[in-house]
Amino acid sequence: MDILVILFLVTGLFFFLGGAIGIIRMPDFYSRLHPAGKLDTLGIFAMVTGLSIYNLHHFSFEALLLSAKMFLIVFFVFLSSPTATHSIVDAGMRAGLRHWTKKKRKG
Amino acid sequence: MIVSGNGFAKNDGKPTSTCFKSFFSFLITFILMFLTWIVLSGKFDPLLLWLGGISSFFVAYYFYDLLFPVMESGYGKVFFRFISYMPWLIWEIIKANFHLLYLTFHPRMKELIDPHIITFKTNLKSDIAITTLANSITLTPGTITVTADNDGVFRVHAIDRESADALPGTMLKKVAKVFGEEI
Repeated sequence: MDILVILFLVTGLFFFLGGAIGIIRMPDFYSRLHPAGKLDTLGIFAMVTGLSIYNLHHFSFEALLLSAKMFLIVFFVFLSSPTATHSIVDAGMRAGLRHWTKKKRKG
Repeated sequence: MIVSGNGFAKNDGKPTSTCFKSFFSFLITFILMFLTWIVLSGKFDPLLLWLGGISSFFVAYYFYDLLFPVMESGYGKVFFRFISYMPWLIWEIIKANFHLLYLTFHPRMKELIDPHIITFKTNLKSDIAITTLANSITLTPGTITVTADNDGVFRVHAIDRESADALPGTMLKKVAKVFGEEI
């Protein structure tokens, strides 16, 4: 059981790390939003799954309710994260920011 | 409960249809609100249960048409098809997340990615189908919906060719099937 929890937590941490590094490494505003908005959603899903399994270690009704509350967090993040990402992209488009394109190699 | 004369005139075969539908959406909203109350409070004193029941009754009474607007085709079908759409969506999200993770950690990332904007037109009519498709596209990593309008025209920012090529195909078919629309 502990191994499963550790596996979930490490997966979540890995996704969060990837999100943070992706924000730094990507070339422009729009592509930076890809890791920022999406790797975090799966990261939070994995971490909360791990935490709620750990929480059910001493099984009781209270612990079950607490795990349900944790999954409510995931639900709202899954709803709000794409909406927020979309509105940021829309703001960028309205301001007229052009997106980065790959430059043609000179051969 | 809105019982309009129009509703009775339209479906002459089943006179109670409109009333029944709005009552049904009221009931579902009430149950959902009350379950949320119980989960969030976690206490079972009679006083607290009564308070939760009364407040969820008022919320459900005034706002039942926000959460589950009265639709033409049967509720149950759309709902269950939506539930059966979720596992596929989650699997797509996980697959695409690993793809984005691979791109992020790749040493020569700037040669792999190729950001561009694609535009495609769909024949989706209802608001909820367009919203679901737009949010599904944004949730799947590698693609972000830039604009989506009432006519079903989508503009999508994709991070590489692979995510862009997969786009208007399977996901559109699944969403159209869930909401019973023609492609």
